Amino acid sequence: MGATPLKECTGSAQLSGDEVASLAEELDISPESNLIGLLQDVQDRFGYLPQEALQELSCRTRVPLSRIYGVVSFYEQFYTEPRGRHIVRCCRGTACHVRGGERVISAIEKTLGIEDGETSSDMMFSFDTVACLGACALAPLAVVDGVYHGKVTPRRAERILRRMVSAESPEGED
Amino acid sequence: MERFGSVISFREWQSQLKAALDPDRKEVTICGGTGCVAFGSPDVQKAFQEELEVSGLTEKVSVKRTGCHGFCEKGPVVIIRPEKVFYPNVKGKDVTEIIAETVLKGEAVDRLAYVDPGSDRKIFLDNEVPFYAKQQRSVFRLNGVLDPLDLKDYVARDGYAAATKALADMSPEQVIDEVREAGLRGRGGAGFPTGVKWGFCRKAPGDEKYLICNADEGDPGAFMDRSLLEGTPHAILEGMLIGAYAIGASHGAIYVRAEYPMAVRHTQIALQQAREAGLLGENILGTGFEFDVVIYKGAGAFVCGEETALIASLEGQRGMPRPRPPFPATNGYSGKPTNINNVETLANIPLIILKGKDWYKAIGTEGSKGTKIFALAGKVNNTGLVEVPMGATLRHIVEDVGGGVPEGRSFKAAQMGGPSGGCVPAKYLDLPIDYDSLQQVGAIMGSGGLIVLDDSTCVVNLARFFTDFVQKESCGKCTPCRVGTRRMLEILTRITEGEGQEGDIEKLEKLGEMIKCTSLCGLGQTGPNPVLSTIRYFRNEYEAHINENACPAGVCKALISYRILEEECEGCGACLRACPAEAITGGKREIHVIDQNKCIQCGICMEHCNFEGVIVE
Repeated sequence: MGATPLKECTGSAQLSGDEVASLAEELDISPESNLIGLLQDVQDRFGYLPQEALQELSCRTRVPLSRIYGVVSFYEQFYTEPRGRHIVRCCRGTACHVRGGERVISAIEKTLGIEDGETSSDMMFSFDTVACLGACALAPLAVVDGVYHGKVTPRRAERILRRMVSAESPEGED
Repeated sequence: MERFGSVISFREWQSQLKAALDPDRKEVTICGGTGCVAFGSPDVQKAFQEELEVSGLTEKVSVKRTGCHGFCEKGPVVIIRPEKVFYPNVKGKDVTEIIAETVLKGEAVDRLAYVDPGSDRKIFLDNEVPFYAKQQRSVFRLNGVLDPLDLKDYVARDGYAAATKALADMSPEQVIDEVREAGLRGRGGAGFPTGVKWGFCRKAPGDEKYLICNADEGDPGAFMDRSLLEGTPHAILEGMLIGAYAIGASHGAIYVRAEYPMAVRHTQIALQQAREAGLLGENILGTGFEFDVVIYKGAGAFVCGEETALIASLEGQRGMPRPRPPFPATNGYSGKPTNINNVETLANIPLIILKGKDWYKAIGTEGSKGTKIFALAGKVNNTGLVEVPMGATLRHIVEDVGGGVPEGRSFKAAQMGGPSGGCVPAKYLDLPIDYDSLQQVGAIMGSGGLIVLDDSTCVVNLARFFTDFVQKESCGKCTPCRVGTRRMLEILTRITEGEGQEGDIEKLEKLGEMIKCTSLCGLGQTGPNPVLSTIRYFRNEYEAHINENACPAGVCKALISYRILEEECEGCGACLRACPAEAITGGKREIHVIDQNKCIQCGICMEHCNFEGVIVE
């Protein structure tokens, strides 16, 4: 690890009060900490990796920010933009592919109006495809907020999402 | 939990637990693997618990949530012991009847029986269900029996007996010899002899050594490592402990995919239990040996399954491979000697130590010993995890265990070894499968992904799918993989879009061979395999795409069209309303028609038709 000039770690905390600083204290970060684990902890807290938090990490681990950004951009599961309130993931593994997973993916993209890796403008949904969720017996598989929907058809995927939208719409829950 | 200070006190505890096992105990075991959970097994478990409580039977009958039974297709799976009555697809409303008939009276409930798709015969006992009966489960023997979160349950079934044997009665060299002579080869893909690998690390100079369990099961279509970690996490820890003793490692790590939350949780709990019992940590069972394990979660990069990339990732860097040598055995994590084994490999270790090399050697073929777990998926009746001896034929796996191809379609090929593997066509159905025979036919064992393809699968589309995967997962460090796979993908995309050119097949072959020879790591060196093997066996399909603008399997959108059958159409309007392109016309009760100029070949009409009146041509 290349040592950077040690700046004062103040937690430039523009992000909702002192959240970044307090998380940094909590995590007990040192130059020996595992960077990827730290990034995962930060992301668990904020849902994404805010720039302020990355700066704080850089400062405390003495890993240059450029290098941290290199790591963040390498791994698929790190996000530098805020994520939607609901996370929709669809498997694009082999078993899902041969059982029509691509059509489920298009149906989700069409229903939500966003593509793989995007977040809807109202921040309600983020959609990702995943290389394989390791539940091939359920193929094709979609996971909505951690709940596995196995043997999903394009039609059912659309219904699940539409129901979520109407449950959150002001007119009420049907 | 008592911390055991000596091997003797642990063995005493083990014999007490074994003696307390009651083979006639009434027990409801419910599969708690990821598949069954998705099908609702937690609700079923709750229903059993509530019902037993209401009837005052909780003393007499226990309910246990086990690891994956492997028959994921039929989830939630419930087994009633001691009779071992097997019920597939159990729902909450079936629980009362199962308790009244099977648990209390020992009689089977007819309507809930498993019906064998081959013979239409009803089967009630789990060891008579062909899916299980035709397997040889040794690594998997405890999945579906144990409560994964109960150390006592594992210890009562010889858990950690192999580790104590190694620690107390064997020298590290003896352990290595035993594993080497047993003939165990790495189950992660390359098939390198495990004992030899351990020997390298043992001999490498250095006081501080590392043993890493590679649970970065990124191969799309393989899920045995997930299942093993979820179902028998202690068996993996035991394998690691034995390996660490053999090579002299005091530090251990499990690098597991973040996509496997249950595997992570179960492993964490097991680690804590093993530490409390004195099976991990300092001075293990009073032997003076020290070893502890840390869990690292991956962050979504397939290439991190490669040893040197995995180490880079553990070190907090971009997960990019580096050239070998030096090998991790001498220069691994933090430059220290490091040994990396796959989950399934480690799961084999306790068996070898406990039952001995001769027992192990007797299973399998000349060059490949033991059993192998395959993740059977795709166009097959019984999807799930299948453990068979090395040397079993593809026909045995697909037809006997897997119940064949559904819907009367025919077997076309098996895609083995994921994106690094290849297609094995129907003519090799009787080929005994082991590391070497698969290599000869252009596939690889890989991690054991086995995707069945039927005549409705387009191999060109599938080859494109894998190339797309490899291209996306290429880390970009070396040019052949970064640029080469991109060029291959472009050519394949062109072919599947009906714009294939004369000479494309030859270009793919040339590029593929070049990428294989010149890439830095296993990802690039095997990446072209799916394309090369499909060209080898299904060249005519590539030619049909290029020369005749036709997709024989009816998959590639640009080369197919949908049509409504006049004789089937009831004019219900379901397809018309569903069509996103407004390409369907027709009044109520009139025959509907698809406008081919507007149609985007999405297939939604076919999905929505209630009369099977839409066909693809």
